[in-house]
Amino acid sequence: MSAGDIAAFAQGAVVTVTLSFAGILIGLPIGLSLALIRWANVPLAAWVVALYVSALRATPLVTLLLLLFFALPNIGVPIDPYSAAILALVMNTSAFNCEIWRAALMNFPKDQYEAAQSIGMRGGLRFRRIVFPQILRTSLPALVNEMSLLIKVTPVLAVVGVVDITRAAVRIGAETYEPLPPFLVAVSIYAPIVFALVSLQRWIERRQVAAEAAA
Amino acid sequence: MIRDFGIVWTERGLLLNGLANTAILSLVSVVGALLLGFVLTPALMSKKPAVSRAARAFVDGMRCIPFLLFAYIVYYGFPSIGINLDNWGAGLLALTIYNAAYMAEILRGAWAALPRDEIEAGVAFGFSELRLFRRIILPPLVLSAGPVIGNQLIQIIKDSAFLTIIALPELTHAASSIQSRYYVPFAAFITAVALYWGLCLIVEAGVNVLRQLADARR
Repeated sequence: MSAGDIAAFAQGAVVTVTLSFAGILIGLPIGLSLALIRWANVPLAAWVVALYVSALRATPLVTLLLLLFFALPNIGVPIDPYSAAILALVMNTSAFNCEIWRAALMNFPKDQYEAAQSIGMRGGLRFRRIVFPQILRTSLPALVNEMSLLIKVTPVLAVVGVVDITRAAVRIGAETYEPLPPFLVAVSIYAPIVFALVSLQRWIERRQVAAEAAA
Repeated sequence: MIRDFGIVWTERGLLLNGLANTAILSLVSVVGALLLGFVLTPALMSKKPAVSRAARAFVDGMRCIPFLLFAYIVYYGFPSIGINLDNWGAGLLALTIYNAAYMAEILRGAWAALPRDEIEAGVAFGFSELRLFRRIILPPLVLSAGPVIGNQLIQIIKDSAFLTIIALPELTHAASSIQSRYYVPFAAFITAVALYWGLCLIVEAGVNVLRQLADARR
């Protein structure tokens, strides 16, 4: 493998990690907002969110990505591969995040919420001080798990021309007629990233179990 | 826009063929992955450290690799080591082996959570290993792991869409070819999304039936 190939992999890794981070960072608050809409049972909106989440969870990322990349320009919204990639990742991950946040909200002890109400805390403060810190704790392992799943679907983004790790591997394989080595290099970049997230998830779970045992 | 859906309707044979291929791919690989999982799970729980470590390395390794990359390796990389597969062979093999790792982990979790006393009673009654597994372990295992296996089946259905990249004529591939032939991207892909949604809703309904069965037995 030449120096240029190594540079291509490094650039691809930067693109993969940047897109994943963008997807995760934008998807988290959107997922939380969707979960709050369902939790608060906002008329009509809660129903729309339920449909959105159900459909998005069943849609493969490739199909969603192709839909966005080809159909948006068709209805007059020009979109480049990178924006389509981020949009697809955000739509996909926000649906899963919504379910995670919602599960945490449903399990939130009602008495604490009522206690906060009874001492006259306002809605925003109640959410910020009482609800959010606790649901963040309970949903953190599942959210980290969802991040590792998101990174595992990013190779699909190469389909619309995003130059990521997978795209670099495919190109080098096609040029050298030796596809196996570049793919193994790609695996050796993805696997540690995913493994780090999986380990982080297990570590958080262990710490939380230990904290509960101590309490 | 309505005209676009009309075009998709005239090409419905292609889409339904894709849908059928997606269903076949998913069903064959979920069965294959479950069978392989049943072989891997005892290996994961083996008392011999060499066996359990090898199984653990395979399961954890698979779970860290993106599926698409694994499919690429099977389709484009395996010929370098002398294994030539067509797109169907490569797609089925990749889906099955990849998901076997997830199934093994699901089954291990459910197996470890089974109540010990029933199994010990079975051993005390002199059940042979195979009969013990078939009569005592398997029924509650299927009921308790069923919902998670259903979720994994939905994951398999979604993973199968990646196989469009190795030109396997599944649902996304069918939608792609309609869109490239007539340039009706919205109608073609939104129809595909609706069909995937329907497929997953059917699986979810099946899981709910299984869950009710499990509750009724409790």
